[in-house]
Amino acid sequence: MSYAVRTDGGYAVVELTGDVDLSCSPDARATILSCLTSNRPVLVDLSRVTYIDSSGVASLVEGYQTAKKKGLKFGLVGVSEAALSVLKLARLDKVFPIHATVADRIQADG
Amino acid sequence: MNDGRRLEFRFPADPAMLRQVREQVRSASLACGCCEKTVAELVIAINEACMNVIQHAYKGDCSGEIILEILNNGGELEFQLRDFAAPVDLARIKPRDLDDLRPGGLGTHFIHEIMDDCVYGHLGDRGNYLRMKKKIS
Repeated sequence: MSYAVRTDGGYAVVELTGDVDLSCSPDARATILSCLTSNRPVLVDLSRVTYIDSSGVASLVEGYQTAKKKGLKFGLVGVSEAALSVLKLARLDKVFPIHATVADRIQADG
Repeated sequence: MNDGRRLEFRFPADPAMLRQVREQVRSASLACGCCEKTVAELVIAINEACMNVIQHAYKGDCSGEIILEILNNGGELEFQLRDFAAPVDLARIKPRDLDDLRPGGLGTHFIHEIMDDCVYGHLGDRGNYLRMKKKIS
């Protein structure tokens, strides 16, 4: 897995690429939480994720809950088919705010 | 698969090995005629089962060994996972309530959702096993 953080529309957009599994999910978790710790709203871009396991999903859940506690916006964008199938299995596809693109999320924010 | 019906893969309990495990499960499942959807599900389930061994049986000790056997029983795939860690508390292995939103604890839910049958057990005081079965069309 590789990752990058960019800023778009006031969001820290965390882009994850490749397989997000136990060998690298601690990095994904730390990156997401680091953005939230500095009080930045976060969108996690999963468009290039080829696989995500439950440890990767746990990082997303922790980000979602941390953002909620801090009153920050959080969501997922561009969720790949591979990632969506795992989120559905965990019945989290209706929990996370999911949009196709960052622009769609910004538009939804109004 | 080694003889067309059985594949054995031994690997250290290291998270870095999970990619290879997924590749083994994927190629073996495809070779047995599973459709892409079933292959993807089997990859998820076995990855989670291996993760559970790494995290909860070996508790992060990467020197431990895991053995994955895949058997083609004709119309059914059987996956046997063995470790040599201290016996785990079998009563604690259960899917969690998904309405209880919290990080972690999803692996067992994934395994039970995907597999048709799962049996956990001890190998005396020498380790643990998990036997999973999936019907294939």
